Amino acid sequence: MKRRGLGLMALACATFGAALSHATVIEPEPVNDAAITGTAFPKALSKFVFFQDAGDQHPSAGVHPYALNTPLWSDGAEKLRFIYLPEGTQLVADGEGLLKFPVGAAIIKTFAFGEGEARRLIETRVLLHRADGWVALPYRWNAEQTEATLALAGGRLDLVTPTGETISYAIPNKNQCKGCHAKDGQVIPIGPKARNLSVKWMAQMLDGGALDRLPPGGATMPVWAGYSDKGPVEPFARAYLDVNCAHCHQPGGGASNSGLDLRWEQADPHAIGILKRPVAAGRGAGGHDFSVLPGQPDKSILLYRMDSAEPGIAMPELGKASVDKQGVAVVRRWIAEMK
Amino acid sequence: MNRLALAAVLLATAAPLAAETHRVEPGEGAAQRLQEALILAAPGDVVELGAGRFVLTDGLSLDVDGVTLRGAGMDGDGASVLDFTGQQGAGEGLLVTSDNVTLLDFAVENPKGDGIKSKGADNIIYSGIRVTWTGGPKATNGAYGIYPVESIGVLVTNSKVSGASDAGIYVGQSRDITVRQNIVEYNVAGIEIENSRNALVTENIATRNTGGLLVFDLPGLPVMNGGNVILRQNVVADNDTPNFAPPGNIVASVRRGTGVLVMANDGVLIEENAFENNPTAHIMVVAYTQPFTDERYNPYARNVIVGFNAFGRGGDDPQLDGKEQLLAAFGGALPPVLWDGIVEKDNGLKIATGVTGWSLNLSKPGQSLAEAQPGPLMLTPLESWEFPEVGAPAALEARLK
Repeated sequence: MKRRGLGLMALACATFGAALSHATVIEPEPVNDAAITGTAFPKALSKFVFFQDAGDQHPSAGVHPYALNTPLWSDGAEKLRFIYLPEGTQLVADGEGLLKFPVGAAIIKTFAFGEGEARRLIETRVLLHRADGWVALPYRWNAEQTEATLALAGGRLDLVTPTGETISYAIPNKNQCKGCHAKDGQVIPIGPKARNLSVKWMAQMLDGGALDRLPPGGATMPVWAGYSDKGPVEPFARAYLDVNCAHCHQPGGGASNSGLDLRWEQADPHAIGILKRPVAAGRGAGGHDFSVLPGQPDKSILLYRMDSAEPGIAMPELGKASVDKQGVAVVRRWIAEMK
Repeated sequence: MNRLALAAVLLATAAPLAAETHRVEPGEGAAQRLQEALILAAPGDVVELGAGRFVLTDGLSLDVDGVTLRGAGMDGDGASVLDFTGQQGAGEGLLVTSDNVTLLDFAVENPKGDGIKSKGADNIIYSGIRVTWTGGPKATNGAYGIYPVESIGVLVTNSKVSGASDAGIYVGQSRDITVRQNIVEYNVAGIEIENSRNALVTENIATRNTGGLLVFDLPGLPVMNGGNVILRQNVVADNDTPNFAPPGNIVASVRRGTGVLVMANDGVLIEENAFENNPTAHIMVVAYTQPFTDERYNPYARNVIVGFNAFGRGGDDPQLDGKEQLLAAFGGALPPVLWDGIVEKDNGLKIATGVTGWSLNLSKPGQSLAEAQPGPLMLTPLESWEFPEVGAPAALEARLK
């Protein structure tokens, strides 16, 4: 084990050496496993050593970048996603669903706005797989971009989205992290499901020993960037609703009491909102009778709430201060073409 | 592994041996201090709100079992007020997702969505809680004031809600519930019990709502089969506020001037209440009227008993089609109980001796009102009846003492 660790370190040096000083040979610092598996909430993101260069987000050894076919939209934020696996461990595929993570693993997601030199890291959210379950913690970056500190109670800051809107961006508090990541009261990861990962990435992970096998049903969700208004719409709409809504809108999720189940695999039309009446929507219903009225996007509560940024009406309730125009367009087309 | 470092980490987070009280005062940074206190509280701890106004831009949340959130009062100068007038995010003012939580003596004002929602939060107490939309009844107000859902063991008492655009106190998809000694006014529905079992609604005052007390069972929800609900010793008066619910919601169909409305459900006992000046009907008992596909659902109002109640003036300005003819036919005011006449089998509406009413004499759920053949209620009164004892577990009552 030790020997392999050294080997990995050497590899990491070779890979990321460019980012390190030429004058002195600095041993890359390993990820701090104790910070992941301990019981404390580390005050600083640097405590974990997920990155060798924080501002540039250069990952440490064992920290694997990944991307999702269809990502969650968060006011247009750029997201840098990483999975950390402790030495000698691997992800275990479970069909098309969520990959199984060993204890000691972590998932890291950094939110950034702006491009090139102007890019600013806003927050980094970590999910730590501890012996008694997952813990979700939010970290907020400083103005110097040198450190992110624990923001248990979340926070707000004004920023400009890629579409030029000035918004009050909300960093979630620790409970709000769980608000999306809870299933039956337990915190779980949401994103890294095999169906929403690319074959290429999974093959890489398999090659490196970081994944046990290529699961059947993997990579079945469409690549969002590949959407065309000439092509099919349903897979994109359903993938969008799964990724952006279903963490709450599913049995055992935060919005289970609504009876709306927007998971990719849900086949019952009523469960996904078709001719389903609202339960506790209040003014979120917008005067409409059904979540989804086929052929009538402008009479569908689901689209009305997606297309609003007003608290009390807007969906999702968290992580959204502006409207995702492309998401709305895709779901609008899906409902419009629905018979 | 660095053992010293690990030891330090463990020491830093060692849980306190005894319950602690964390006091949070309003003022600069109050939102962050309060939310941090709610996150860092250990089971058994008390988070205490100072008197004054907490100005909040985001919803608060509590996810630790056994915590008490206690303010200095819900009314007057010494109150602790969570002011969400400038709220920018979250679907409610306060969200509770842990068990055995006690909420005591504070107010929530002008949340953008719901007031306080507790979801999957078993054995929760709301006592001395005020939720107010200060602009009065408006469709733009949030839906529910006090909103426990998917919970077993709920006690709501000594609380006040006004201005909710759906229900002031709404208990949904829950079991073993007591709603006692609350005041609900100027809401669309004062108190609503929906898809829930074993609920005691007693000694409340429901006034100036569109409808006072609602007991609904709806299709298509994760938790079904509402029933065993007792409405006892409530004052249900002057529920005459025009319906201001946003269209599309089920309560938007509630007629202005409804005292009690039972829709579907299995087992509802209405007794010893005082009804006064509910201009459409003091009590209305109906089947679910909309089409549905849920095979688990029973749309009939079954085993509903109207026992002895005090009925004052009412039914004299009903929000019903054919109002003039109806009033003329019944001598200027409709009798207290309005029934749609729809029976599943022998488990239809039952009444105590002396209870009068009228029936639409419909025969099946969803039938058009145009087919109604209104006539006096013709039921043989019950000599006596049995109904299970219902309500919140005794342990919740004990926790309040």
